[in-house]
Order: sequence, then C-alpha cells, then structure tokens
Amino acid sequence: MFTRKQRLAPEREGIWGEAGELGVSALLTVENLTIGFGDAAPVVDDVNFSVQPGETLALVGESGSGKTLSCRAALRILPEMAQVRSGRVLFPGRGDGALINLMDVSERHMCRIRGERISMIFQEPMRSLSPLHRIGNQVTEVLRLHKNIDRAEQRKRVLAMFERVGFKDPDRVYDSYPFELSGGMRQRAMIAMAMVGKPELLIADEPTTALDVTTQAQVLGLIKDLQKDFGMAVVLVTHDLGVVANMADSVVVMNRGRVVESGPAPLILNDPRHGYTRDLMAAAPEIPATPMDKDKESDRDYILEMRNVSKTFTLKGSSPWKPRTVVHAVRGIEFGVERGKTLAVVGESGSGKTTCARMALAAERADPGAEILFRAQTGGETVDLQKLDNADRLAFQRKAQMVFQDPYSTLNPRMRVKDALTEPMEIHGIGTNADRTARAVEMLRWVGLSENMLTRYPHAFSGGQRQRLSIARALMLGPTFLVCDEPTSALDVSVQEQVLQLLEEIRDRLNLSYLFISHDLAVVARIADEVAVMRAGLVVEQGPPDQLFYNPQHPYTKALIAAQPEPDINRPINLRIVAQGAGEPSSWPEAFRFDGLDTPPLTVTGPGHKVRRYA
Amino acid sequence: MAILRFAVFRLVTMLITLLVVSVMIFIIINLPPGDYLSNQINELRATGQSSGIDKAEFLRREYSLDQPLWKQYMIWMGFLPGPYGFAGMIQGEFGWSFEFDKPVADLVGGALWMTVLVNLAAVLFIYAIALPLGVIAAARSKTWIDYTSAFVGYLGLATPNFLLALILFYYGNRYLNLPIGGLMDPKFEGEPMTFEKMKSVLVHLIIPTFVIGTSGAAAMMQRLRANLLDELGKPYVETARAKGMKESAMLVKYPLRVAFNPFVADIGTLLPSLVSGSVLVSVVLGLQTIGPVLLTALKSQDLFLSAFVLMFVALLTLIGTLVSDVLLALLDPRIRFGGREK
Repeated sequence: MFTRKQRLAPEREGIWGEAGELGVSALLTVENLTIGFGDAAPVVDDVNFSVQPGETLALVGESGSGKTLSCRAALRILPEMAQVRSGRVLFPGRGDGALINLMDVSERHMCRIRGERISMIFQEPMRSLSPLHRIGNQVTEVLRLHKNIDRAEQRKRVLAMFERVGFKDPDRVYDSYPFELSGGMRQRAMIAMAMVGKPELLIADEPTTALDVTTQAQVLGLIKDLQKDFGMAVVLVTHDLGVVANMADSVVVMNRGRVVESGPAPLILNDPRHGYTRDLMAAAPEIPATPMDKDKESDRDYILEMRNVSKTFTLKGSSPWKPRTVVHAVRGIEFGVERGKTLAVVGESGSGKTTCARMALAAERADPGAEILFRAQTGGETVDLQKLDNADRLAFQRKAQMVFQDPYSTLNPRMRVKDALTEPMEIHGIGTNADRTARAVEMLRWVGLSENMLTRYPHAFSGGQRQRLSIARALMLGPTFLVCDEPTSALDVSVQEQVLQLLEEIRDRLNLSYLFISHDLAVVARIADEVAVMRAGLVVEQGPPDQLFYNPQHPYTKALIAAQPEPDINRPINLRIVAQGAGEPSSWPEAFRFDGLDTPPLTVTGPGHKVRRYA
Repeated sequence: MAILRFAVFRLVTMLITLLVVSVMIFIIINLPPGDYLSNQINELRATGQSSGIDKAEFLRREYSLDQPLWKQYMIWMGFLPGPYGFAGMIQGEFGWSFEFDKPVADLVGGALWMTVLVNLAAVLFIYAIALPLGVIAAARSKTWIDYTSAFVGYLGLATPNFLLALILFYYGNRYLNLPIGGLMDPKFEGEPMTFEKMKSVLVHLIIPTFVIGTSGAAAMMQRLRANLLDELGKPYVETARAKGMKESAMLVKYPLRVAFNPFVADIGTLLPSLVSGSVLVSVVLGLQTIGPVLLTALKSQDLFLSAFVLMFVALLTLIGTLVSDVLLALLDPRIRFGGREK
C-alpha cells in the first residue's frame, strides 16, 4: 500500500497543498475525515479537500468510493449507522466568519445551516420530492424555515426562481404535484428548492445520472449559470468524467474511501498521474473524433427485418365519458439487423425504443400491416413474428433472447446461479440435468465467471457480475439474436466498459446479432455497426456510426452528440445546439419540423445514411 | 369538485354493493334446512299443542314464508307487495322477531345505537393510542421505547379479550370503583336521555372500549411503525432534512403524511372486525349491543332478526370503506388527480 504523500505527485502539492494550509480563504474544508459502519474498516478514510468560494469542486469516483458519504458529512445527513470516527469539517460562521467545525455544532445550529447556507440536490428527482405535497409548498418551505418574510414575498421569490430555472409557466408548477412533472422538470424544481435560499455552497450528488443525455446537458448548464449569477461554490459528486470536464474547476478523485488524486481540473484531466484516474479516463465512453473507414457490402443479410412497423396504444380516458387517447409509440419503422452485426437504437425515454425491442422479440404485436421478418440462418426459412403460432413462438424464443437493463431486479434473489442459468433449458426441455449443468459451467466461463459460483445466490455478486450472469443466462439456449435493453446504463463506467467488451467478444465469437437499445450515444459509438436515432416514435436519422457522428444532419442527432459530456476540458457542451434539437419537433428548423401525424419522409442523403427531412 | 363527484360515485356503488349483500345474506340464512316457524310447528306437533300451530301457520302466511325463496326476498326487501302491501326494508319495516315475539325494530332499536357508540369509542381509542405510539416507536426505532411499546403491544394482541375483560372488571371495580357489566346503570334503562344517564353510559364505556380496542391498537401501532420506517428511508426525507427542517416537524409533515394512507384505509376493515369480534366480549361484559342479539338470532334461525343484524353490519362496513376512500382521496393527490390532464 502506498502512503498518501506518495500518491500525490510532489509538484502538485505546491499548487494544491494540504487542505488546512489554504486557511481562511476556503469556504468548506474537510480535514482527515474518517467514517465507518460498526466495527468494519472505514469506508471513508482520512479524506481531505477544500472548496474555495465560487468554485466548482468535483468529487469523482465509482459507487462505493465514499464520495457521497464525504459530502453528506458536510450537512451531517449521514445514514444512522454511520459514525464519523475522526476529522473536522470547517465552515465559516455567520458574522465574524470564524471557522466552525460542523461536526461539533448542535443539531439546532445545523438546521440553520442546512438549506440556508449549504443546500443539496439529490440523484433521484423522481423520489426526492414528497409525492403528497405541491411543488410550491415544498420549495417555499426553505424560505419559511430560514427567511423572515411574509407569504406574498415568499411566493414571489419562489415564482421568480422557478422562472430562473426555466419553467415556462411558474404559477402552474407552483400548484403542481411532483408526479405531474417529468424527471428533468423535477430536477429543475429540486434545483429551485436548493437555490431559493441563496446558499453559499451547493452540494449536488449525481444530479444528472438519472436523466436523459440531452436533459443532463441542460440541467448542467443551468447549474453553471446559477452558480455564476449567485457566486456560490458547488461540490459536484459524479462518476462521469465527462460531466467533470464540463463543470469542474478542481477535482478530487476517490477510490475505496481514499483520495487518490486531487488538483485543478485541467491538470488532472489532461495529465492524470494516478493509475486509478487513468483507468477512469480510459473507461469513459467517447464519440471518436475521426471517422473510421468501413466497406459497405451492397446486399445485406438481415437476421431481423422490420417493415412498416407501427404501434399505437389506446389509453382509457380519465373518466368513462372522456374520449380515449391514442398514443403513437412507434411510427413506420423500417430497419433491419444484419447477421453478425449490431443495430443500435438510440433515443430518450418515451421515444419508442423499448417498444421496438419488445416487438423484435414478439413480446408485443405491431399494428396490422407491419412485417417483422426473422431468418434464423442465412437463406433459411423466414418467419413473420406477426403471425406466430405457439410452436413457432417456442422455436423463435430459442433463437432470440434478451439482456435487461437492471441486473439487480432481473435475477430472482431466491434462485441459485445454477437454477437461474439452467431454467431456460428446463422450460424448453433440452438435455439432461448433467447436460444443463455442463452448459451452465461453459457459459459462466464465457462471460468470465468461474465454475464455483454456481451454488451462490445473486446477492453475492456485484452489479457488473450480475450483468455477466444475465448475459450467460441469455446465451444458455444458443440464440443467434440478442436484444440488449440498456445493458450498461445501471453500471459504473469502468464496469460498463468491461461489459461492452464482453458483448463484443461474444458477438464476434458466436456470430451473434444484436439489437442494442440505449440512450447513450457514446456507448453505442463503440459497439454499433448501424445506428438509428429515434424521437417521438420516429426514426429521425439512421446510418453507420461514422456517417452519423461526423456528419450528423438532423438537429436532434446534433443535440444528442453535443449533449454528450466528454472528459476533455477543451470540448465543453454547446447548449445552443442541445436546446435547439432537444426541444419539441415543432420547434426544429423548417426542413425537419413536424407537428402531429404529418411528418417529413426519411430521405437518403448519402450511402446508407437516411435523415427525416423535406428535400 | 372532483372530490364531490367521486363521493357521489362511491355512494352509488355502495348502494349497489348493499343490494348484492342483501341477496347473499338472505340466501345464506336460508341455506340450513327449515326455518324458525317450521321448527316450532314440528315441535308443537310433537307435543300436541294445536293452538300454537294455528298461530305459527298464521305467521307463516303473514310473513310470506310459504312463498318461493326469491319472492320471500322481494317481499322482505319491499320490491314486491306482501299480504299487506309494500312493507319491506326499503319502506323501513324490518319484520318480526319470532324468537322474542316482538317487532325487530323495537327489539334492536336501543342496541343499534349502543353498538355504534361502543365501536366508535373503540375506533377512537385505537387511533388515539396507535398514532402517537407508532410514530414514537418508528422515530426512536431500536431503542427501549420501541421495545417497550412492542412488548406491551404484543401482550395486548396475545391476551384473550374476555380474559382481559374479567381482569379489568375486577381491578377496575376494586381500585377505581368502576361499574361491572352493562352499558348504563339499570335504573336508566328505557329512560329518556338525560345528563345523568349520559354520565353513567360514559363511565360504563371505559372498560369495554379498552378491552375491544387493545388488540386493534397493538396491531395498528405495529403497522404504522413499519410503514413509517419504510418511509423514513426514502430520499424525500433526506431532501427535507437537507432543507434544514427540525426532525420532529419534518417527521410529521412528510413521512407521517405518506405513512398515513394505510392507516386511513384501515377504517373500512376495522369496523366490521370490531363488530363481529366484540360479540364474545359483549356477552361476557353483558353489553346491550347488537352482538349477543345476533348470536341468539342465528342460533334459533330467527330469519328477519338475523337478516336485519347482518344487513346492519354490512352497512357499517360499507360506510367505513366509503369514509376511508373519501379520506384517502382527500389526503392523496395521486388518487385525486391520477387522471388529471397534463
């Protein structure tokens, strides 16, 4: 084990000394903080960092690195079982500005600091607001608690803040309940709540991890703007180096409860010294900067072909006499998955990509008139998934399998690995018990797990290992076609990288074909042979990745690419492009604009490159 | 206004449910072979008392018990005219109790209000005990307060009600001079309501309320504690803490409000279980509630009396669920505005 001094490069200490040496100028100083649970080894071990007034400090690390606990310690909202074993958190007191140790002050005093001087934004906007109270009530509460002003003035300030965070109709939001707003809107409401007290320090704990990439870009831009306006400091907790590059002035990298590297952002990102930081940098997915050359074969061998596929859902009206609403989840999809290749479908939540995946697995029937053709072998028999009988369906299911998004909930916690893996073979009545176990062992090896894990239960595995297990399970029946529904979005970046690598290896080795669903263009850039970008149930642009990424035509594709945070300080997110493309289709430039059911045609603009626009 | 529409809608469905329940009650009561009168006629025949037989036969015709079952039901409900025109439940004619030889209305009139009174007192007692204890147990979970309240709660759950009743009667009478048995001093029975009578009733209510309410309160308290503990782990609680709210104010405003839903929803199921569960207690304590009457009526196949009592219990249940549904809609905007247009 290295000591701390050795891990910090010596020349860095001049620029970025021990936190305590910065003295009075720092706003928040964390010194030798150690936090642990029960008798176990500490999960935050001797952590030091400090935040200057007005600057953004990024705490970077993977889940379990202790970054969240470290920043929550500043507000003293740690889990009940956590004990602060040693260390100080210094913050200037009101008035004379003398430093006080937040670990020592009374709970009453702490309540005056929380929300008033230090406020916090949380990761899950869907669950961080009380479902039973109006947004206005919850936000105004900060003013009720900390500011001595009358109701009319409170309301006025909250409405002004709502307008500032980008709500078009602040009065309506004030009287709305959280379940009436989308995720991005709720996160804006959370930001309004954190900002309305005009705090000196904002702690943002993975504020955009749960959001779509375009929403993420807009929310990050908003935090940056507000920071400039109010001159507050921000502690940004994140695992995404792309976000760090766009936001941070200085960076603290944490691994296993310890600070492994810290310093100004440009220095750390351009020239990472510690091995762990370099690993993180390498693992961050990126849209490559130069086009790769690929030959285009003219006649393609599709394993799955979707022709004229639409899907409409009819929702019951809110009361029996109200008209039913028709939702066009997917409209006129035409694409195919080539044998041995990967077709990626990219889009935000609600774009229809998951409906597409379900139809490709015959789990959902498309509207009449659609054809979804599946050819298990080259030149083999073609089955139309729209017209499957029970026997056909069973045969099809052996050939087509799915890898799910959330590895935590897709494995039955009460089934041993062996049972989970052999179950598909049991259902299809394949082989003897010994055959099934042998196959399970083989699959485990393929996904890089070992045989002795067969008797364990899923809870003994990490997120990445569980995703390997679900891949192994999908492979048990020897499929030729896999649908991967956001297989990496619940994983840490470095694990994400490994899982993608595994998927690529398996595809090349077994000549599998993937339909890969994702909201993340960077993940897709790495694995896809062809990309279809979806918005509002329509494919707006489709083509090989090199075409799509270096010559994006559609404003929405441009917005997706622009919104992708890159771990490169010199390529900040261009919010103007994001705002233009991520808005409603009716606000797109004339050639692409549509509203309602009348849409421009998918026009071929280059070899294999199609864009939905008027010619 | 949406809430008013919802309440009216629920009221209509409640009436439909009540109709269905009345059919089922009537069928179930008639499932055992014979009825009170035919049993009595057989008995009189066996002992050779022919004058009684005439009266019984007369009653049979009078109450249309010689008609087919569906007709009997229609006449009982008042949908079809009986021998004396429309005279059924919906006209407010509850029929004749053969066992007690009195109109049902006269027989249960007082007991009805006593039943409502005793059960209302028990419900209030349950909520008054369970709410603070459940909240404290959750807020101070895994401390001596939590363990003590859980221990007392399980004692309350585990002790048979009638045993508790006997013990409380003995000690209550000996040390606190509380009256034993009954719901009022015998001298007030049948008297019009006066202040003195009310006082007597209240003093007599203390022990029955406690006995009937204990187990319900213990169960409710544990449920509230579990719900609240669940809610305390949710992110919005952390948000509220990060705002700088005091712990107690935060607890009441956010997690308690959410944990309250199942608490309110319980009203619906609490009422019927109290009514049927308190039968034994009422017998032991000598309470003039509807419970002991129901027991006798069912034993002797007293058709109209038992049907009326069962209908009354069903009505209480439905009113309970109606109240809890409307309260839930008032409390939870997700229920109220679930279908509101964006």
